[in-house]
Amino acid sequence: MNKTRNLLFKIAVFFLILIGVAAFAAPFVSPYNPTDQNTDIRFSGPSSDHLLGTDNFGRDVLSRIIYGSRPVLIVGLVSVSLALLIGTIVGLAAGLGRNMTDNILMLLMDSILSFPTILLSITVVSFLGYGLVQVMLAIGIIFSPVFARLVRAETLSIKTEGYVEASRALGSGTLKIIFKHIIPNLLGKVVVQCSITFATAVVIEASLSFLGLGTQPPEPSWGLMLKDARNYLYQAPWMAIFPGLALAFCVLSFNIIGDTLSERINPRLMK
Amino acid sequence: MSSFVEIVNLEKTFRGRGLSKKGAHSFTAVDNISLNIERNSVFGLVGESGCGKTTLSRSVLYLDPPTSGEIKIDGIDLGSLSTSRLRNFRKRIQIVFQDPNSSLNPKMSIENSIKEGLYNLGYASGETGRRQKLDQRVDELLDLVGITPGHKKRYPHEFSGGQKQRIVIARALSVEPDFMILDEPVSNLDVSIQAQIINLLIELKEKLSLTYLFISHDLNLVSYLSDRIAVMFKGQIVEAGTVEDLMTPVHPYTMKLFSSIPGINRIDEEQDLVFHVEEAGYSEGLPEGYCFYAGEDSEAKVEMLEINDGHVVACFKDNRIERRKL
Amino acid sequence: MSSSSSEQILKIENLNISFGEGEHRAKAVRGVDLDVRRGELHALVGESGSGKTVTSTCVMGLLPMPPAVIEDGRIYYNNEDILKYTEEQRRKTRGREIAMVFQEPGKYLNPALRVGEQIMEMLRLHLGMSGKEAEVRALEILEMVGLGGNRRVLKSFPHELSGGMKQRVMIAIAICCNPSLLIADEPTTALDVTLQLQILKLIMQLRHKLDMGILFISHDLAVVHDISDRVSVIYAGKIVETGSREEIFNTPAHPYTKLLLESVPDAAKRGKKLTTISGRVPDAEHFPSGCAFHPRCPLAEDKCTKNQPEMAAVDGSRKAACFCLDKEWRK
Repeated sequence: MNKTRNLLFKIAVFFLILIGVAAFAAPFVSPYNPTDQNTDIRFSGPSSDHLLGTDNFGRDVLSRIIYGSRPVLIVGLVSVSLALLIGTIVGLAAGLGRNMTDNILMLLMDSILSFPTILLSITVVSFLGYGLVQVMLAIGIIFSPVFARLVRAETLSIKTEGYVEASRALGSGTLKIIFKHIIPNLLGKVVVQCSITFATAVVIEASLSFLGLGTQPPEPSWGLMLKDARNYLYQAPWMAIFPGLALAFCVLSFNIIGDTLSERINPRLMK
Repeated sequence: MSSFVEIVNLEKTFRGRGLSKKGAHSFTAVDNISLNIERNSVFGLVGESGCGKTTLSRSVLYLDPPTSGEIKIDGIDLGSLSTSRLRNFRKRIQIVFQDPNSSLNPKMSIENSIKEGLYNLGYASGETGRRQKLDQRVDELLDLVGITPGHKKRYPHEFSGGQKQRIVIARALSVEPDFMILDEPVSNLDVSIQAQIINLLIELKEKLSLTYLFISHDLNLVSYLSDRIAVMFKGQIVEAGTVEDLMTPVHPYTMKLFSSIPGINRIDEEQDLVFHVEEAGYSEGLPEGYCFYAGEDSEAKVEMLEINDGHVVACFKDNRIERRKL
Repeated sequence: MSSSSSEQILKIENLNISFGEGEHRAKAVRGVDLDVRRGELHALVGESGSGKTVTSTCVMGLLPMPPAVIEDGRIYYNNEDILKYTEEQRRKTRGREIAMVFQEPGKYLNPALRVGEQIMEMLRLHLGMSGKEAEVRALEILEMVGLGGNRRVLKSFPHELSGGMKQRVMIAIAICCNPSLLIADEPTTALDVTLQLQILKLIMQLRHKLDMGILFISHDLAVVHDISDRVSVIYAGKIVETGSREEIFNTPAHPYTKLLLESVPDAAKRGKKLTTISGRVPDAEHFPSGCAFHPRCPLAEDKCTKNQPEMAAVDGSRKAACFCLDKEWRK
């Protein structure tokens, strides 16, 4: 059982590295320019020329998937970092602050959480305007409560540990305690949460692009490709299948990595 | 002549959270405690769980400032110090907790744990070769507590419970304290390891002329190493004196506590099952701050009474005559 | 001793239990022999990782397998090897014939059920009592454990009771089907001294009243001193000394027992340095070769590091596993 888990973990890591390399080196690895249109070869199926076929404008699907991984990873990275930053600051302030600070901050975070994710992201994006940057901001804000709650809960439990008390007794100040004792000890759980949030962020980016609120055409994005493919499901199923698979595997990989890491850092499951 | 540690009328009240009226759920954990600890002595504090002994120790360290009362250490009133001066002063008081596993940061090598204190102390700061001096000091401290200095790069999980407690003691000593609060420092350790740590503590006390406040529920241990003992019950000190004084206890609670020490008599199974009052009722508790044993008199507060040189007791009745009859 | 009290109700022979596989394989219990007679309190004393809890859990049939593997050994309960029982037979024995009291009563009581229901459930399950009968019996049992046949206790939830009362309820649940063997795993370690005394008294009294055999697991020599009839000292998965209470406490034979007794502080030792046992308690993955105590033993000689001493009669009913029993004690 453990061996299959390990194998899955390795496959997931490998897959993500593959996507990362593809996104980084897209101009070198993709066979065609993703925005080049060629109406002669519209809707041609997978062949040796076009490994994953072409779409309704005759653009190469493989190249579009490779380039499409860029917004996916950028959105994931930036929005998770943003959520992490906001969430950690709020969580630490709530966990270490007075009762009142804690209550107010958590009320704020809970009110963000109480909205359905997609609905809230659409609202935020329609306020800020369409486009990638706005999407990243929106997702970052939406996921900050997840980190805030996690960091707060961990902080509350870590601050009663003997080593934090001892550090105070040794004369350390609050900042030193936060950086030397609290953050290193909540890092493990936060990393796990990052991986899981990354997966969700990828899905939301795809959904928003699908709805036409995220990446703007002709720039490629997996969500956008799915949107285009929607009208030609019978005629050119490859247009939907391949970006869909890429998205699914990407999300699955992040979740597998998150699960495996959370098992590894949980001392009760260790050894 | 004043004592090294003087605690005068210390009180700590916790206010309950919630929507109810202010004070409705307040709970007095430490109730009007006064005690003195002499320099270079071991002061034992005994009592059962929930009697407020840990709250008292945290108040003495000013980690939780007391609600009222005064704490003077070496003639300095902690309440009068500013936050930054308090933080500086606090290094002179160190605490060792019961659980060595939670006392060390698992993500820090033991070397760094000990260095934290040295940095805060400003050890050898500004001097040339500070790094070497710090390393040397860490080695010295580890050597002092019987840990091979070569192991200093290791992390806490690579040590056994007893070794971790030694490292915790080394860390406490890094800031050169003169007063140590030992909160059940050996009760989480194996029997065969406890004696090692106790011997170490006694040795260090002599070598570095430390003063100890030793908190424990283990009466055998406290009577072994304390110079004076105070018995705490429901937030109050009911009796205090030398070990010899307490061997002939006066307060009924002290009597009960000391007669419960295991390892002296075989339990006689024919003996009637004594059914104690606190077991009969639910744990709702009694009116705070009043003598539990006083019965009808329990409306009034009890005053501390010195019945012998240094032997004080808080009780309405002088039980000495009654006790002799038993 | 009367004839009935010499009857063995539990006899453990050559019990060997290991955990894990490969390089992490740990032999937690290595050839334990132990017996408990009717009406007797046999204390099994050891430190953390010595295998005392693994042994008792195995008798109860509650050992998680895997990771645990019983490699060898027999456990006779009333002359029947319960290790050969089917799971169904084991389940029927558990609670009915062999009952257990744990260290933390709060953890083993169901917080969602009233105390009375938890006792009555046992009575219905094992003795097939009807609701009415069970309630009457439950009250009798509460009376027996010093909760005064109080209906209020019967109707309470565990969180409404104090620590001492919870432990009394745990004991009530354990004894409600009149078991002939009670396993008490550190039942007073989590309690304050005054409560500890009360619970110990209760256990002693019930043993007398119900003529149960008790296997009392503890690390606390002082407690064992107060209640035991016989004592076995376990170190690194092996029993190193067994004998009557007087033999063990008055004239300990094995160096480990002797040092352990000397290292316990009390007022009489004031001003004197405590005797210590050097080194650390070994964990099951790294038990030393030969006599497992040799790295910490002041008497150890060459053969102790290579050969494992077997249990041999010393005097009276006492046995010990040591090569150096005749040796002069070096200070």
